Amino acid sequence: MESAGDNEQILGQAAKWRGEGKGVALATVVSTWGSSPRPSGSKLVIADDGAFLGSVSGGCVEGAVIEEGLKAIKDGQVRVLSFGVTDERAWEVGLACGGKIDVFVEPVA
Amino acid sequence: MNIKLLNEALAASRSGKAAALATNLKTGQQSLIQGTEVTGNLPVTDVVMAAITRCWDRDENDSVMTGEGKIFIEIFNPRLRMLIVGAVHIAQPLARMAALTGYLVTIIDPRSAFASTERFPDVTINSDWPDDAMKALKPDRRTAVVTVTHDPKLDDPGLAEALRSDAFYIGALGSRKTHGRRLDRLRELGFTDEQMARIHGPVGLKLGAISPAEIAISIMAEVTQVLRAPVEQAKAERAAAKAASREAAE
Repeated sequence: MESAGDNEQILGQAAKWRGEGKGVALATVVSTWGSSPRPSGSKLVIADDGAFLGSVSGGCVEGAVIEEGLKAIKDGQVRVLSFGVTDERAWEVGLACGGKIDVFVEPVA
Repeated sequence: MNIKLLNEALAASRSGKAAALATNLKTGQQSLIQGTEVTGNLPVTDVVMAAITRCWDRDENDSVMTGEGKIFIEIFNPRLRMLIVGAVHIAQPLARMAALTGYLVTIIDPRSAFASTERFPDVTINSDWPDDAMKALKPDRRTAVVTVTHDPKLDDPGLAEALRSDAFYIGALGSRKTHGRRLDRLRELGFTDEQMARIHGPVGLKLGAISPAEIAISIMAEVTQVLRAPVEQAKAERAAAKAASREAAE
């Protein structure tokens, strides 16, 4: 389990940005296989001005997750992103550790 | 996530009570579960509730497949706590590292000159006698207790109360010789060797630590090992059992 302190900070930031009228999306690691860098429950919050806090990997897939977060803020839809070495985009945003993760991305409305 | 539900999840997480957030990954429907109380738009079926109970017990997140889609269960267990007896030098880096690791830290020391807010900014200080403080703070299975004063009249009552609690970790600073004498005194209070085996003394992993910050690292490393290693091992055993039963079925 992710330490409560970290996720409290991230949920708190999401509430704060939302309170300031920003578009906000949350990304959460929902499945892990093999040696994934961050455990299930790890979170990343994204604001529509590009600011973000938290992490879902060791830094290898954050860019792609933020991009999808910004899309989620625009279209209001949830999505599940899969990352791993078997991914066809592996050379681009794969996990160097050889693990595999699923990340749930949702708008905060 | 609905902002109202997010605020409720945040409040639940801060309250220190067990809660869970269940999310349908296909539809985005979500509910927050606290005890038997359900808030949100995801219907919590018996299957989902059983999975939530399992997650609470195992202290881990998981997902469960249902006819409506995959449901992800994220649990909010009470915050980890560390109770440090003794506002001495070593407690300064230890309190900071524990807070960084996600623990709510309380330093217990009735000596006001030691336990000043200048020495310990951002830390809760309890200036009661250690046994009274322990009785009030009630260490549970998500609490670590570390005594660092070197002074039996402060450390011993704290340790005695810790031994009567469910604290997942109890550690006492002091050399092997000091620890031997400490065990003799606790034995006189009626504690058995088996009970006292819960005390990690000398405290911390053997890293050859010298400075207070290094000693704090060795303590945090041991606390983390005691907290996480059994969960990791159980996970590995479950995976091995699953693989074995799959092999047997083939």
